[in-house]
Amino acid sequence: MVTGKGGTGKTSVAAALALALAAEGRRTLLVEVEGRQGIGQLFGTGPLPYEERRIAELPGGGEVRALAVDPEEALLEYLDMFYKLGAAGRALRKLGAIDFATTIAPGLRDVLLTGKVKEATTRTTDKRRVYDSVVLDAPPTGRIGRFLNVTAEAARLAKVGPIKTQSEGVAALLRSPITSVHVVTLLEEMPVQETIDAIGELTKLRIPVGKVIVNSTRPALLAAKVSQAELRRGLAAAGLPADRATVAGLHTEARDQLTRRELEESLRSDLVELGLPLVELPLLPDGVDRTALDRLAMVLASAD
Amino acid sequence: MPSDQPAPQLDVDQILADSGVRIVVCCGSGGVGKTTTAAALALRAAEVHGRRTVVLTIDPARRLAQSLGLTELDNTPRQVKGIDVEASGGELHAMMLDMKRTFDDVVLAHSDPAKAAEIFANPFYQAMSSTFAGTQEYMAMEKLGQLHARGEWDLIVVDTPPSRSALDFLDAPARLSRFLDGRMLRLLLAPARSGGRSMFSLVTASFGMFSRAVQKVLGAQLLTDLSGFVAALDSMFGGFRQRAEQTYRILQARETAFLLVAAPEPDAVREAAYFAGRLGEERMPLAGLVMNRVHRTAVDEPTAAESMAAADRLAELGGHETTVETLRAHAALAQQAARERRVASAFTEAYPQVPTVAVTAQPADVHDVDGLRTIGAAISRS
Repeated sequence: MVTGKGGTGKTSVAAALALALAAEGRRTLLVEVEGRQGIGQLFGTGPLPYEERRIAELPGGGEVRALAVDPEEALLEYLDMFYKLGAAGRALRKLGAIDFATTIAPGLRDVLLTGKVKEATTRTTDKRRVYDSVVLDAPPTGRIGRFLNVTAEAARLAKVGPIKTQSEGVAALLRSPITSVHVVTLLEEMPVQETIDAIGELTKLRIPVGKVIVNSTRPALLAAKVSQAELRRGLAAAGLPADRATVAGLHTEARDQLTRRELEESLRSDLVELGLPLVELPLLPDGVDRTALDRLAMVLASAD
Repeated sequence: MPSDQPAPQLDVDQILADSGVRIVVCCGSGGVGKTTTAAALALRAAEVHGRRTVVLTIDPARRLAQSLGLTELDNTPRQVKGIDVEASGGELHAMMLDMKRTFDDVVLAHSDPAKAAEIFANPFYQAMSSTFAGTQEYMAMEKLGQLHARGEWDLIVVDTPPSRSALDFLDAPARLSRFLDGRMLRLLLAPARSGGRSMFSLVTASFGMFSRAVQKVLGAQLLTDLSGFVAALDSMFGGFRQRAEQTYRILQARETAFLLVAAPEPDAVREAAYFAGRLGEERMPLAGLVMNRVHRTAVDEPTAAESMAAADRLAELGGHETTVETLRAHAALAQQAARERRVASAFTEAYPQVPTVAVTAQPADVHDVDGLRTIGAAISRS
């Protein structure tokens, strides 16, 4: 599971993790549940339907498949699996019943989404798991606790019946050692605070937290203060103009850079204090394409 | 390709000073500094333009909230003390949205106490009022309507919820009223309403299947709770829809100004462009785009390439470590600035007529009134 505050790049990190896990001929499923079509955009495939599709092949014979789970479709599939609805299912959709059921009870919706993840994780053919790993681009930090705490949400609404059974199965899987929730952050105040809060919440729910992934980090420059006199001498030695305006301008830039760096250092140490493995991913200045994802995947793989 | 024609410059002071503008809505995707922008504009409206202003924030960072005196979430505006309004005579009030409480207030306003108590006790209401997709957006609009109706403020500045998509907040009222007004609810209510079979006959077959399926999957208790909830809400339908429509009309009026907030990142710019298109479709007045977190070099020369080359020369020479680092940092900043201009031009090309202002990235996060004042000055280019 990959979560993180909005804008931290959790979808890219989830995609890179899926690629890393598909090395050496393995097969990974990358799942999104929020209807944002972020995976399709990343891999340039266009909107993904509600079906498992291959979106990347790897040199070692591995592959990544992607699935955009649609809660309405998941509910119909679920009903069909247990009740053989057939034409009645279509009638339900026409009436807006599916829309109704999935919107009125968000707990129910989350059970269906996580239920689909569980189904893919445990699916087998010829007694072999279909997927070596499943990566979920999960809801953001602000909602992750509620999303994963499916039993509590469902129990509030359904006291008995298959929904309850289903949610108990999901809850057990989420708390088992095969699950790990990674939290993506930036070295900025709000994302770091939300990371700390989310990890506290998940720990309380006994859901295993994996790594803290710091995205878009830049190489640290300028460890110490620079004086204008030093700059003037340096610029002259380099044969660059060392007029007052240039020196003052570069001096201002250096001072801002140092302020930023000190803030980043203090945020980094807040993250270190969490006592979890920390992975830093580099800033990808030219945007995220497949090459960039492969590069992030390598950093993630070497962190294990 | 960066466009040749720069976008017209956005003049926020003109908007904030215009007594005909009563509502400023800040919208954009998450993580672009929407809340800070809203708070900075509200502070400026009070301090510089002397307006009695209220800022409605949705989910402010803890320290920013504290700086506005918002230590508790009590759902009513509180006056912000310690700001500089002596000369202007303005006032700043701030409030943080309490979604559940706002929903409770709506229920109380539209039903008698006994019915309200019944609704509050229903597990579906509890789930919906705290987690229904779109409730936060809907309640933000509801609160805006309430503040507007009270007529106590010259200017209301609204920060929109951190939706997964910036569009959610325009869609939520319609979605909620469609839902409350929907065929499903009518169906569930049909037996109770008609007391007979006539309304029911057309859909009896599929509804029978539906209700059997629901009973099987969800259990009978759940269905009882659900129809109880629906029956209780039924009396409030008219009120809900009417209020949503009222707020919608206010948003289309000349007294409202929408400001898009973005950062020079592909996702945020794409979202801002969608939003600009959408506001056009809804005939809602878009005043301009605030492009936050823009990086700029303090000097144009040396260029990135010159800077890198000089840094390499100096490094070989030795003895000028800090200048080497400064030049490398300058080159990186110049490259970043160029990249950001390319990203931002995607918006300008699609909407060349939308006035825009670029706000330089602050080296540190803002969490006090002084910081907000600085941001306000930067947005208004003063």
